[in-house]
Amino acid sequence: MFHPITLAHYFVVGAVLFTCGVLCMVLKRNALGVLMGVELVLNGANLNWIALSNPALRSDPAWAVGLDGQLMALFVIVLAAGEAAVALAIALNYYRLYLSVDVDQANQLKG
Amino acid sequence: MSSWLLQLGFADWLAYGSAGLIKAGLVLVLVLFTPMLALWMERKIAGRIQDRLGPTRTGGRFGWLQSPADGIKLLMKEDLMPAAADPLLFRLAPYLSFCAVFCLFVVLPMADGWAPAGWDSALFFFLAVAGLEVFGVILAGYASGSKWSLFGAMREAAQVVSYEVPLGLCVVVPVVVAGSMDLEEIARMQEGWFTRWFIFHDPFTFLTFWIYAACAMAGLNRAPFDLPEAESELVAGFATEYSGFRWAVFFMAEYAAMFAWSGLGAILFFGGWNGPVPVASWLGLVSTNGPLAGFLGNLLSLLNFLLKALLGVTVMIWARWTLPRLRIDQVIAMCWKYCVPLATLMLVGVVFWQAISMEIFSPKPTGSCTVRCSSNPPRLSQGAWPEETPSAFPLPTRSGLASQRGLVR
Amino acid sequence: MNEPSLPSILFFLFAGLACAGAVGVLVFQRIVYMAGALLVSLAAAAGLFFIAGADFVGLVQLMVYVGGTVVLLAFGVMLTARRNQPAWQVPGVQWAVGLAVGGCLLVVLLWTVLAVPQWQTASAPEAAEGAPSAPGVLVRSGSRQTSPSQTGTIGPLGWAMLGVRTEQADQSDALPDVRQTGQCGYLLPFEIISVHLVLVLVGAAFLARAKRPPEPRPLEQGAKVG
Repeated sequence: MFHPITLAHYFVVGAVLFTCGVLCMVLKRNALGVLMGVELVLNGANLNWIALSNPALRSDPAWAVGLDGQLMALFVIVLAAGEAAVALAIALNYYRLYLSVDVDQANQLKG
Repeated sequence: MSSWLLQLGFADWLAYGSAGLIKAGLVLVLVLFTPMLALWMERKIAGRIQDRLGPTRTGGRFGWLQSPADGIKLLMKEDLMPAAADPLLFRLAPYLSFCAVFCLFVVLPMADGWAPAGWDSALFFFLAVAGLEVFGVILAGYASGSKWSLFGAMREAAQVVSYEVPLGLCVVVPVVVAGSMDLEEIARMQEGWFTRWFIFHDPFTFLTFWIYAACAMAGLNRAPFDLPEAESELVAGFATEYSGFRWAVFFMAEYAAMFAWSGLGAILFFGGWNGPVPVASWLGLVSTNGPLAGFLGNLLSLLNFLLKALLGVTVMIWARWTLPRLRIDQVIAMCWKYCVPLATLMLVGVVFWQAISMEIFSPKPTGSCTVRCSSNPPRLSQGAWPEETPSAFPLPTRSGLASQRGLVR
Repeated sequence: MNEPSLPSILFFLFAGLACAGAVGVLVFQRIVYMAGALLVSLAAAAGLFFIAGADFVGLVQLMVYVGGTVVLLAFGVMLTARRNQPAWQVPGVQWAVGLAVGGCLLVVLLWTVLAVPQWQTASAPEAAEGAPSAPGVLVRSGSRQTSPSQTGTIGPLGWAMLGVRTEQADQSDALPDVRQTGQCGYLLPFEIISVHLVLVLVGAAFLARAKRPPEPRPLEQGAKVG
């Protein structure tokens, strides 16, 4: 169970990160907290990509995605950075207007 | 070292683990020792610049022991923490900064093969870790519960994050010349006379170095860019509420980071451990003449590297005590309006320089491209790269570039 | 087989840190602590990337995520945090429902992971020859004597971004058919993302630009805020 690190180990860590991120998005009222949840979710997914890219972690190495997985992870990281920048700009704008970053009160567009 | 321990019959995790710990210990000694030296130099040089003597008594004629005495004094001081501070983060922040700076030293090669962790993306690691130091300062400013600290931390965050951009562009210029991100490889390519140093490689690298020097100073919050701790405006910036040992840790980190960044400048632009004159190879102190000669040659290289890095530190100290401080908006404007466009220009320029010099000096490029990163030269089939058309440019590789540089000179 | 190996030890260290950080982000109420926990989690994830042989991706994670995104978040925290700000309480019912649903999600995910036997045994190290690198990229002796298969992934990744798959070129015959489609490089996605990033840069700068702020008006029904 412990010695050879396998794909399952990585997937478990990724699942924990993903779940925590989703719960964070749902349960936080601070906009920045929600943003952190998004980062955690993306990171859990990235962990899976990286694990899938390594053939030595599984018993059928030919099915490993190889470098494609790492490239996907790279793209995810870069896009997440862009997403964080835009989301932060939006949050700051919201704060400038309402002196608060509470997402529960951002209901001005509610019909 | 780990292979040696393995031969002694240690289990592999024990061998690798203890080898890592020993190396970490050596790096720690360096990280603790260089700030002491730099602090003493700062006091002496500042004194001379201001027409004073600086420390003269502590530990003999030149005040050699001033830094240890300072350290002991700081350790004896009362441990203060403001009531409004966040206790956990306030305690954690200095160590976070220090850890980041410690990691900077991990990839710096001090001599041929003498890097604690040689790695083909060493330079990238250096840049990545350098970005982490700011987090300690931000936490310190936030956790102190003081407006001066918070202002200082905000300035630090804005300034350091801004200056990472031109610094990143500047270090890419020597990388384009060398074709490698491995710091050891970059230094190895500058062997020989000082004319082979990258700063003299072409006009773009020459200009890039000066941008690098200015940006490194700004990124390190050294005067004239020390806005995060501007004492005439912010009391002491992020360090306002710190005293005693934690303050000492912050400043040890700052001085060690100065050393690391000048060391990086020395490797990228000034030949790393290679002296201006290839004395070591004249004396036969190279590793091909046996391990002892190699070791002596490496000692000489180490001396070279340390001297170059200390020279960089000296220049920073000189600038600090000579130039007046800028305003924060001037600092940020200098970054975005001057340094970034200039560095970009240098990058584009050096790329064209490399391409053109390759075009002129290299033999006719053939269709085969050898890539060193693969286990053997790959044959690119299946339309990945059209085989019938000879490639428009010879794909730059480390070895290929090295041979071309040999042709140039 | 039961003897501990360095990659295993490091894996469990980093995995524990990553999970602890993620849980910390979830349970902490103070936003600065959340940022700190996120830092720990992301840095530990970078460590996991290194262990899996993805050294360049780990470095990018350190640089972009930890050094960029988290610092950006901390910056945002400092800009939006106000003294005497009440912690916005989430009702206990919502916590209970959220944890229940999240627990179910976690159980489903773990059940799926443990359902595939191929994922629970590692292949022999010999089988991974020519792979990006075996797990244990951390534990190689001196940089000079590295065998080609153990050098970093930075070169192949760079070529792949330019549209050339160097790591597959010399073994494409041995690959099953499913991998032949992976022969193509990533030049187009790379360019698209570059343009995308420029757009993001401009957009974020436009959103956050220093304009004369309108008079802040606190929300009507949210009088207790602020």
